[in-house]
Amino acid sequence: MRFLFKTNYNQDIKLAKHGGHLFWYGLLILLLVAAPWILSEYILAQLTFILIYSIAGLGLMLLAGFTGQFSLGHAAFLGMGAYVQGYLTNHGMPFPFALVVAAILSAVTGVIVGLPALRVKGIYLGIATIAFGYIVEEGFARFEGITGGNAGMHVKSPDFFGFKFDTGESFYALCLVLTVLITFGILNLLRSSTGRAFVAIRDSEISAQSMGIHLAYYKTLSFAISAALAGVAGALYAHNMKFISPDQFNIIQSIDLVLMIVIGGLGFVHGAFLGAIFLIAMPQLINAVKDFLPAAIGQAPGLQAFVYGVVLIAFVLFEPMGLYGRWLKMRTYFQIFPFYRKGMFKRQKSFQKSDRLK
Amino acid sequence: MDFLQQVISGLAQGCIYGLIALGFVLIYKGTETVSFAQGELMMLGAFGGYIAMNTLGFPFWLSTLSSIMAMAVFGILLERVVIRPILGQPAFSIVMLTIGIGYTTRGLVTMIPVLGTETHTLQVPYKDEIFQFGTLVIGAEQIVIIGVTIVLCLALYALFKYSKIGIAMQASSQNQLAAYYMGIPVKNINGLVWGLAAAVAAVAGILLAPITFVYANMGFIGLKAFPAAVVGGFGSLPGAIVGGLIIGVVESLAGFYAPEGVKDIAAYVIVLIMLLIKPNGLFGEKLRKKV
Repeated sequence: MRFLFKTNYNQDIKLAKHGGHLFWYGLLILLLVAAPWILSEYILAQLTFILIYSIAGLGLMLLAGFTGQFSLGHAAFLGMGAYVQGYLTNHGMPFPFALVVAAILSAVTGVIVGLPALRVKGIYLGIATIAFGYIVEEGFARFEGITGGNAGMHVKSPDFFGFKFDTGESFYALCLVLTVLITFGILNLLRSSTGRAFVAIRDSEISAQSMGIHLAYYKTLSFAISAALAGVAGALYAHNMKFISPDQFNIIQSIDLVLMIVIGGLGFVHGAFLGAIFLIAMPQLINAVKDFLPAAIGQAPGLQAFVYGVVLIAFVLFEPMGLYGRWLKMRTYFQIFPFYRKGMFKRQKSFQKSDRLK
Repeated sequence: MDFLQQVISGLAQGCIYGLIALGFVLIYKGTETVSFAQGELMMLGAFGGYIAMNTLGFPFWLSTLSSIMAMAVFGILLERVVIRPILGQPAFSIVMLTIGIGYTTRGLVTMIPVLGTETHTLQVPYKDEIFQFGTLVIGAEQIVIIGVTIVLCLALYALFKYSKIGIAMQASSQNQLAAYYMGIPVKNINGLVWGLAAAVAAVAGILLAPITFVYANMGFIGLKAFPAAVVGGFGSLPGAIVGGLIIGVVESLAGFYAPEGVKDIAAYVIVLIMLLIKPNGLFGEKLRKKV
């Protein structure tokens, strides 16, 4: 068992709380760097996908998990990034500039969507974002001159001043670098006063407001950052898929993104990664198990939706803190062995509070 | 004449949106939770009607009735088994839960061979009949939809106004804790509200079935009922119907007069404008919490 004696305020906000953190996360980064030499091409491609979805997940986690504003239209930002990146890359803009423009444009749309968020909350915000998602998806299909409409759009490989990331390995490395940078950025943000303000808004808007937190500013900021990250993820997604069409950014994609962070663990940075692993690994797992099931079940087209739904229901009912929460419980169990009590993480029962009262 | 024609078909479509929205609003008002599974409940109701008619060979009225009853029981069971354990948790968990329910039911229905993978037509007795008033052509389906919606609204109005259970539902929707102290069995009331909402969804499903088809993904229309609920004010029953009618009519007119593609997003544009101008909706109550 490890005891942390804090003798300095800086220890409270340190990224690595103790040597164990440094060791394990260092090992993880080493393994990820070594992955192209260890893993097969197929698994590496899946890993690239996981990294891309983690970036989008981090963005949504910041918004939903840390600021408490949930968005069911995040695929729109993903699509925004993807189309801007695709258009600019195809017109010969170098990768870093295109990425920055994609992120900024997504952030601007994020601010526009954030505007209703200042007046509405809870379920109304969810509906506003759904509505926005539909409008943007339809926009992708209609502005055929730029987006290629429903026929879709081919995207070239990223071009870094002459160096082309056209192999699986090089693109993986690019995604890895961006993911690590963004993760550190988010961790840093969360321990700064801005991040604390986000969390305060999540926990109680009224008390945040009375502590002098400018709700409108921070909510809009959260939307902007979240959308920018989704835009970056979308840009990478476009390069990875090499072909984008409006139906890749529909409501199902938005719901998948939310499902991902809920299953990963709402309110934890780890949750975004665990959720992304879940989202990518699950279809593979279903495919692997399929052949052992009776044909009537295994080959049925609705199997995947059914499994997703059941897993989601099971998590909300039995493990509301998600995969990361499960890990936390296991860790606590071993850390304080044999003193773990059953009720340590128990939720309090309460009556439903009204959302209608502001 | 074109205009009137479009308005009438818009009204019929709007009634469907309104009925689904009514389910949302019932659940939201009654239990403070938001159900994203309402569209799927409607789909199940339509399938229930189809199975009763084609597989079991019931006459139309009996299959409608049995489907509605079955859905009411399903709604009550659903509340008891999955919704009640997380009563009092953040609204977000319940939204995710109902999304999960939607996924599961859609997946389950799709998994049934032939029934779930193909589209079916519901052979209602009034199918393909039309009435002609001058140059105006109105399908019997549309008249039935509008008529049933009116009757259902009156019945619900009477329920909430005069019956003990309806008044208990109103009390529990205003303040669950206070209602509980007054001796109202809030948990059972919640179950009944879900049953009622599922039954209304089943009615919507059976009404919609002759116009579209019966298929596993028909529940996605539920996402258009959200704008209807918001436009009307999320906590208002007449608002849900009026909101549905507005969305339906605007959509129908946009489909006729505006360029292609506008029809699909008209509902969402309206709801965004509404949220910016009047977030509480047309009939929404304005409540403030006093600290």
